[in-house]
Amino acid sequence: MAESRWETSSARTLVLDVPDWPGHLPGQHVDVRLTAPDGYSAQRSYSIASSWTDGGKVELTVQRVEDGEVSSYLDDTLEVGQPIELRGPVGGWFVWRNDPAPVLLLGGGSGVVPLMSMIRARGDVRGKQPFRLIYSVRTPQDVLYADELKRRVRDDPGLDVHFAYTRAVPDGWPEKPGRINVPTLNTHGWPPDFAPDVFICGPTPFVETAADILVALGHDPKKIRTERFGGTP
Amino acid sequence: MSIINAGFGGRRRSSRPDLPPGQYLTEDFPVLSAGPTPRVPLDRWSFTITDEAGKKTSWNWDEFNALPQEDFTVDIHCVTKWSKLGTTWRGVAIDTLFENIESTADFTMVHGYGGYTTNVPLEDLLDGKAWVAHTFDGEPLHPEHGGPARLVVPHLYFWKSAKWVNGIEMLPQDEPGFWEEAGYNMYGDPWREQRYQGD
Repeated sequence: MAESRWETSSARTLVLDVPDWPGHLPGQHVDVRLTAPDGYSAQRSYSIASSWTDGGKVELTVQRVEDGEVSSYLDDTLEVGQPIELRGPVGGWFVWRNDPAPVLLLGGGSGVVPLMSMIRARGDVRGKQPFRLIYSVRTPQDVLYADELKRRVRDDPGLDVHFAYTRAVPDGWPEKPGRINVPTLNTHGWPPDFAPDVFICGPTPFVETAADILVALGHDPKKIRTERFGGTP
Repeated sequence: MSIINAGFGGRRRSSRPDLPPGQYLTEDFPVLSAGPTPRVPLDRWSFTITDEAGKKTSWNWDEFNALPQEDFTVDIHCVTKWSKLGTTWRGVAIDTLFENIESTADFTMVHGYGGYTTNVPLEDLLDGKAWVAHTFDGEPLHPEHGGPARLVVPHLYFWKSAKWVNGIEMLPQDEPGFWEEAGYNMYGDPWREQRYQGD
């Protein structure tokens, strides 16, 4: 680990120096394997947060999970200079390949991580595709990459972000907190006629709800790609 | 190469001999799908076996439910690292579906509503090793988990247990399905940790 930074009080970005990294596509993940001195080991998958052009540097953002043996080690114990074992990149479906189609991103909680990789990659190539992120998050304090998202909305033409807070909203926010629903996606998503490529990532109930709504609104199920995590540590 | 992570292992979960390498135990039933969950009305449901000459044998929902049913209890292992032990199901053994099928092909492509595919050698589906299941834990299988019916082939990673299953196509040679095209292992034995291509 070359460096690290806290994104929120419970999510840390690990900047990993991987000299022989083959490059990756935004949306792919790695498997992390930790091994204790007595040989006990555990593996988990983490989405890559960085874009594809960060030569030799790979960033993972790890949300600490209650009782999570791997996430708590990565967030609270691993120190700069120490090694971890990585396998990857993995996955060839939930990936953005700089296609010309507009892109609708729906992130729930730390499900925003692979979507951020796509936003960063688009920024690096100065992509012109319309990109819209709908980010469902508990409170303003839980937003990952808040400053960078603000900056990119200003600087990356054609990118916009809508926050959907589920527990608490900022002062003066025009909506009450609540889970995403038909009006959220009807108002802030894009119409099916726009035929966006859709990427949805988050906890299973979020992904199920979001995907069901988009299909009901008329989006082609074949254009909707999902990545779900069960929330098990 | 094995890196030792000093300070790791203090919060470990109990290891068990019935967990394959790299897996952890969960009591939940996590969901993994590549896209939205298809909703398949039972009056439009069918299951079709297509042999290598293109001959089709189909069952509608009533015909399928009239076949001999089996209750079975199995451990399931997902490539995303969770395992769930002692899951109880009810469904029709693939042996039953193949009773009157003549085929010399050794490989199959399993198809599901929504366009999902996965490849499984025929011998891994026969001799009591796989079922088309419609009931989980005493309840009709929820659409999220592949209902109305899914394949259950528990000795392989669970992506081989195609959700919303609607057919088996016989193939003379092995061909990759959906996740196999995307870099996952052609066979997927959890005890040999065959997660990805090259494992």
